[in-house]
Amino acid sequence: MIPAPFTYKRAWSVDEAIDLVARDGDEAKFLAGGHSLLPLMKLRLAVPQTLVDIGRLRELSYIRDAGDHIAVGALTRHGELASSDLLARELPLLAHAAGQIGDPQVRHCGTIGGSLAHADPAADLPAVVLALDATLVARGPSGSREIAAADFFRGLFETALEPDELLTEIRIGKPAASGWAFQKFTKRAIDWAIVGVAVQGGRVALVNMGQTPVRAAAVESALAAGAGAREAAAHAATGASPSDDLNASRAYREHLARVLVRRAVEEALART
Amino acid sequence: MKVTVTVNGGQVAAEVPDRTLLVHFLRDVAGLTATNVGCDTSSCGACTVLLDGRSVKSCTLLAAQADGSAVVTLEGLANGSGELHPVQQAFRAEHGLQCGFCTPGMVMAVVSLLEENPDPSEAEVRTALEGNLCRCTGYHNIVRAVLAAASERRPS
Repeated sequence: MIPAPFTYKRAWSVDEAIDLVARDGDEAKFLAGGHSLLPLMKLRLAVPQTLVDIGRLRELSYIRDAGDHIAVGALTRHGELASSDLLARELPLLAHAAGQIGDPQVRHCGTIGGSLAHADPAADLPAVVLALDATLVARGPSGSREIAAADFFRGLFETALEPDELLTEIRIGKPAASGWAFQKFTKRAIDWAIVGVAVQGGRVALVNMGQTPVRAAAVESALAAGAGAREAAAHAATGASPSDDLNASRAYREHLARVLVRRAVEEALART
Repeated sequence: MKVTVTVNGGQVAAEVPDRTLLVHFLRDVAGLTATNVGCDTSSCGACTVLLDGRSVKSCTLLAAQADGSAVVTLEGLANGSGELHPVQQAFRAEHGLQCGFCTPGMVMAVVSLLEENPDPSEAEVRTALEGNLCRCTGYHNIVRAVLAAASERRPS
């Protein structure tokens, strides 16, 4: 399988990348690790006319302690997140979840920014940044702006980013509540999650339970009202509209969400 | 576009279409056919090579992304006198292959694993090979081969 023809351009700075994409409008895409985009292009589900390769922008690859928050460059690879001592200490949920993505080869290439900007509801990191209540920084021709993770995911593969905006940084406040957990259920080792759950403190976010990653609001309010894990998890599918597809029926996903939320909340409580 | 990649220590430069995948660059331009195209969907790992020392699936990278980088394929492991790399030797000694189709990718994934984790447990080996599918062996002999190669590498 070979992608449809396109023009490859390489950017050597963030400004150049934005300029190159802005010139071609909707027909251009940023290429980071390529592990979401290239598979779609090989299936001809994505047919961009121009790819702007940002893979050489080392300035976007970092994990920094910024005092009250951790700043993660958008081009940081999953493997770097998984092996970061700083994240293991400050944001173990992110480090652990990144280590569960795909396989080592995928983690050597795939980037956090690419995964978030791709906005596949079956991907792990979108739900993780929701549970962490992260702030996403986007830069476009007219400057930078911050987008709350809760406002970032708009629909299936759709985000709040404009076509010529580049996700540059993910800012995550150091969590006050220490309990965290990440659970996902896959049929085979490297599959996408049929359902997944990320928990940080009282925040619970779900993978693959709708068109976007979602917070399990009913579970969170039950927990806030003092409910135990089992009681709160009974609300895991409330308000969610998971897809009915070849991997799982809607009813099965709802059942899995209740089971995995209970396990995740129990695990998080055990860590507090 | 012009792509120049250091493949197994030697420079390979060619003018290729922008959409050329790294695996096709290696097979069709460099003429190195140990790297297999298996699933072509970044699942099976048959196309695994080292890109600047780390295992990657060459069916899911553009040759242009590897421009200026160093790639090692299975052909680059054995030394010039034909002596096999310790991981290759371990696969042979432990009978870690049957049909051999997954083997080049499997071996490259193992070389990368042992660079990152020189002393893996059996469970770590199995997890690290999640991205490499073998339809023949049932994996047991592959895992034995990896553990044997790791033990061989350790200073006695």
